Amino acid sequence: MIMAKAKPMDEIINEIKGFRKVLIAGCNGCVTVCEAGGMKEVELLASALRMFFMREGQEMEIGETSLTRQCDPEYNRELQESIRNYDAVVSLACGAGVQFLAEMYDNVPILPGVDTCFIGVTEEPGVWTERCQACGQCLLASTGGICPIARCSKRMANGPCGGSANGKCEVNKEIACGWQLIYDRLKQLGQLDRFEQPVDIKNWSTSRDGGPRKIIKEVSRQ
Amino acid sequence: MNTTTPSKLERILAAGHLAVTSECGPPRGCNGNVVAEKARSIGDYVDAINVTDNQTAVVRMCSLASCIRIKQMGLEPVLQMVTRDRNRIGIQSDIMGAASFDIHNILCLTGDHQSFGDHPEAANVFDMDSTQLIQTVKLMRDEGRLLSGFEMKDCPKMFIGAAENPFADPFEIRVSRLAKKVAAGAQFIQTQCIYNMDKFKRWMQGVVDRGLHEKVYILAGLTPMKGVGMAKYMKNRVPGMDVPDDIIKRLSGVPKEKQAEEGINICIEQIQELKEVKGINGFHIMAIEWEEKVPEIVERAGLYPRPRVD
Amino acid sequence: MRLSYPTNIRIIKVPCTGRVAPIHIMRALEKGADGVFVAGCLEGDCHYQTGNLRAKKRVAYVQEILKSIGFEPERVAMYNLSAGMGPRFAEITMEMVEKIRLLGPNPIRLKGERKEKAA
Repeated sequence: MIMAKAKPMDEIINEIKGFRKVLIAGCNGCVTVCEAGGMKEVELLASALRMFFMREGQEMEIGETSLTRQCDPEYNRELQESIRNYDAVVSLACGAGVQFLAEMYDNVPILPGVDTCFIGVTEEPGVWTERCQACGQCLLASTGGICPIARCSKRMANGPCGGSANGKCEVNKEIACGWQLIYDRLKQLGQLDRFEQPVDIKNWSTSRDGGPRKIIKEVSRQ
Repeated sequence: MNTTTPSKLERILAAGHLAVTSECGPPRGCNGNVVAEKARSIGDYVDAINVTDNQTAVVRMCSLASCIRIKQMGLEPVLQMVTRDRNRIGIQSDIMGAASFDIHNILCLTGDHQSFGDHPEAANVFDMDSTQLIQTVKLMRDEGRLLSGFEMKDCPKMFIGAAENPFADPFEIRVSRLAKKVAAGAQFIQTQCIYNMDKFKRWMQGVVDRGLHEKVYILAGLTPMKGVGMAKYMKNRVPGMDVPDDIIKRLSGVPKEKQAEEGINICIEQIQELKEVKGINGFHIMAIEWEEKVPEIVERAGLYPRPRVD
Repeated sequence: MRLSYPTNIRIIKVPCTGRVAPIHIMRALEKGADGVFVAGCLEGDCHYQTGNLRAKKRVAYVQEILKSIGFEPERVAMYNLSAGMGPRFAEITMEMVEKIRLLGPNPIRLKGERKEKAA
């Protein structure tokens, strides 16, 4: 799912200090799971902001809500009535949610409260790591189920590079070498023969390089 | 082996000589004389001069312009090209440009990650990797086509090289990685700087066992140590570098002012030892910001004068 | 044991400090408490295994939030003591009250008072 992390408090304060009534809108989807933008984070942020503005002596009303998802219009519509009471909204959804909310309510500033980071997994409680870069053409079948685009810092198709040491990436010893992982997995699967075939240059047009993307499934259209 | 290109480096290797290459790093500025000076100081002692392409991701004068300068001095450049900074459009365009100046050698690299360099906030490209760059040059040269399928009238005639680091992990795939680059079209290999001779020989044995030494020329990479400080830095800070403790011990065993000389001695002893290793076709001497020492190393290693093949 | 401890503290009982969420501490401060301390069991003695360790992390988390809005993180604290350590409890409360006294009142309460006076 999509991973995000809270924006620094002073950035959020700067975003909203010109307003009087601000709604903090969480999302019960991905950002709830990665503990960046669910109801819990909405409550904490709202409380902290109220305390800040109270001490500053600035009048500021902070509302709290969280929507089932901010990437579906039917849930965003739930704000139709209440949004009129606010000068601005801080959305704790991912970048998609923030934009989609803004598309529906085009006369209210919708401000981001989190930095959207990557598509990843909960490796352990409190630790989230990247797994996918949404290149639009999955090649996991040939790489032992480990993605060289997301897991190799140089997204090498024919890795590992010369900087791989003790299973770690040259960029940072905290990062596992993606190609070491691929090698280990292929070995385990008895597919090391795949390793020696040069992989052809990738078609990136299905990735962000091809421009904003769209998927249409006719059967589901109304 | 027959030659496939007009490359002087290829002709020397094909004639069975031990080749000697060196490299020169362009300046972090616009003074082309720096490149010219470095090239002039080593030109007579080496068969070809690599020009690094923004090595360690630090912005420097471009490799292509420097190679052209070297070529115009009547010397033989090896164009190093990394895939970090250009996509397939830029890469193929630069290859055409290089070929238009009769640059006949290319070393295909992925490149150090930009986080090491002076612009860690840069976006990287990595449209392709080093192996795919090899394939691309080969496609352009042998089939006269671009990656798009477009057919060129005049093809780049380039002797294709690649780097290999026998000391990176996992060690057991380092031979098959070489095989992969050879399968992609690599004709010569310049290795990472060798300090751990035992490990290097084990790798070479693997290369010979698979018969790869008959398909690709291998130039052993060497970088003389300027002192114990450099040795420690290489050991601890440079990714993919394997500096055994004996080297550090040997350097720290001599007074500070003699350490540079000792570094040169080590380098020359290594060359002598490597001459005996099966599958070694030459040496790539990377005297980092110490190019003036290359002539001494080449001479003392018994590799001077260089053969004439034209 | 007739131990005396400061009368200006208000005790909120929870079954385990693991039940204390960051928002509980924040709400207490937002409503005007000058400081909050969480009194958990001794480390290693949690009846629910790690409740007190979680509480410790959450207290640290709230301290970070307080810093980010310019409040003194020392207004919240974590202490560990057992049910049988009455004298220690009295000591801790006095220590905390003294610490808060030095920090002064919760700044948002001060603002509120001023406003009342102005009105």
